[in-house]
Amino acid sequence: MENNYFIDDPTLSEAALAKKHRIETDPSARTDIMKYLSGMEIIQSDVSQNVLTHLNEYDYNRYTPTDVRTALSHDKCSIDDFKALLSPAAVPFLEEMAQRARMETGKHFGNTVYLFTPLYIANYCENYCIYCGFNTYNHIQRMKLSYEQIEHEMKVIADSGMEEVLMLTGESHSQSDLKYIGEACKLARKYFRNVGLEVYPMNVADYRYLHECGADYVTVFQETYDTVRYEQLHLLGHKRVWPYRFDSQERAIMGGMRGVGFAALLGLSDFRRDALATALHVYYLQRKYPHAEMSLSCPRLRPIVNNDKITPLDVGEKELCQVLCAYRIFLPFVGITVSSRESASFRNGIAKIAATKISAGVSTGIGDHESKYTGKEGDSQEGDEQFEINDGRSLNQMYDDISGEGLQPVLNDYLYV
Amino acid sequence: MNDDKLIIGGHEFNSRFILGSGKYSMKLIKAAVEDAGAEIITLAVRRANTKDEENILDYIPKGVTLLPNTSGARTADEAVRIARLARELGCGDFVKIEIMRDTKYLLPDNAETIRATETLAKEGFIVMPYMYPDLNVARDLVNAGAATIMPLASPIGSNKGLATEEFIQILIDEIDLPIIVDAGIGRPSQACKAMEMGAAAIMANTALATAGNLPLMAAAFRDAIIAGRRAYLAGIGRVLTRGGSSSDPLTGFLRN
Repeated sequence: MENNYFIDDPTLSEAALAKKHRIETDPSARTDIMKYLSGMEIIQSDVSQNVLTHLNEYDYNRYTPTDVRTALSHDKCSIDDFKALLSPAAVPFLEEMAQRARMETGKHFGNTVYLFTPLYIANYCENYCIYCGFNTYNHIQRMKLSYEQIEHEMKVIADSGMEEVLMLTGESHSQSDLKYIGEACKLARKYFRNVGLEVYPMNVADYRYLHECGADYVTVFQETYDTVRYEQLHLLGHKRVWPYRFDSQERAIMGGMRGVGFAALLGLSDFRRDALATALHVYYLQRKYPHAEMSLSCPRLRPIVNNDKITPLDVGEKELCQVLCAYRIFLPFVGITVSSRESASFRNGIAKIAATKISAGVSTGIGDHESKYTGKEGDSQEGDEQFEINDGRSLNQMYDDISGEGLQPVLNDYLYV
Repeated sequence: MNDDKLIIGGHEFNSRFILGSGKYSMKLIKAAVEDAGAEIITLAVRRANTKDEENILDYIPKGVTLLPNTSGARTADEAVRIARLARELGCGDFVKIEIMRDTKYLLPDNAETIRATETLAKEGFIVMPYMYPDLNVARDLVNAGAATIMPLASPIGSNKGLATEEFIQILIDEIDLPIIVDAGIGRPSQACKAMEMGAAAIMANTALATAGNLPLMAAAFRDAIIAGRRAYLAGIGRVLTRGGSSSDPLTGFLRN
């Protein structure tokens, strides 16, 4: 089973269409994903090598129910235990894994669940990632908010009670340049206690600048750690360079960021292997930078504008739950974020087991918070969404639902020092 | 027993149970304080001063002493800034120093803690440093102006009890300030044991937050801590390590 990702925009010129088809069908027309582009900083790091060594050795069919039982009996989950928990042999142990995960979550986070909201400020993108709604060949309403519009969106969000914001852009160095993102961070500091970024990977000095502008968390999704699959999915643009993307979190920490986030987009490749690599990415970076805060997300593929057929394939809710429980048992100290890609019932349930952070009041479009939050139709235009969300609860609804589950919603647990 | 007060920085307390507040529903704070009989509750400054509906300060009963902590600080300088912010927020002069450079085990950085203690004590704070139990560090903290010493029993949140028992005992024996056992106490029996050893008070959070019935667990800790304290004051009877004790002394043959 495979998703059909290739959609031709009828407005594309013949030449553009020919180029698109060429890179889609002819691997030799594509660049080497291991080769850095000019201006990309290379840092000395053995983290990716450590992760890839484990990934290459991992044969999840080798694990047996006995290995899973042994893993669950250990006080501390080793890398091999984690591999067993991610394997198909662990599927019948899901309830036991959930019980253990809940205990570990309780030890480190008690009964708290953090709330945040994403704010997309631009959706221009120079990459061709075939599964993403923002990809450069997808015919969508493009938009970049002006500083006034950004501030207006922030006011609307802050008025709803939200104190943590995650700002996102498409990956366009020309439309969303460093200064633009930096100014947006400065504005965000006025309205929010905690400012995170999910933008294109950059060099250490750039991260340092954005930290000084007020951002303190950087999230970069590797999408898939499988380099062969990565090459087939990211056909054009800066994002094509796999190792530069891999080292983003390390460069962000070197630039002074307090915390970094990681994820594989489940459904793109073999999810068990991607889950292993994601967690090991965290594990090795934490050993190298023990002071840095780390968090994991676990997005699954969603339908996009112009392609509503995209699904996460073999990653059902049970599989996602297995991954999340395994993450929690292996890395009890990390934050785990579950986004609005998942349903309300899944998010309510997983918050009691492993998740520590969930988004609320979400829009993945550009400039549409006022219409979504207040029902008031603005006179300005709006940009299209990156993907369809599944859980559209507002902050107030989410707050009440989480409280109703016996958990304590937390809007802020952070000081910029 | 009524005269047995816990004295921290010149302030007297009857209760020897310090409550954490950060890991459970704010609506339970009042019940936890009442059932625990607690007079001091910690408060993460980074959680305070949020929007109206979320202000943790509103849930803390009047008359309870606030103990703001510096969680989130990675260096002495950051801890000092957070402590000053707590004072500006009206949280009083008490401060619990927590400095962690490790997000995995959340073990305190003793060296930075000494530096922060020195600075804050000079600024008139009543400084209660959370530390890894090391006698030399405890002495440095005394010299730096600490009001108590707060050694960890085991990693924070682990509920593993007195993993550092021998070293906490050394602090109790050698340091004249109150020794408040903090972090890792998972059960009332562990709290009781620490009090029998001579600890001045117990601080707990996760053990309550993860209990099935929080107020009931708070009451259980209260009773265990009182029991342990009474046993300590009463003087624990001797425990023989091996064999029986002869009623005839071995030295009975000696004349004069």
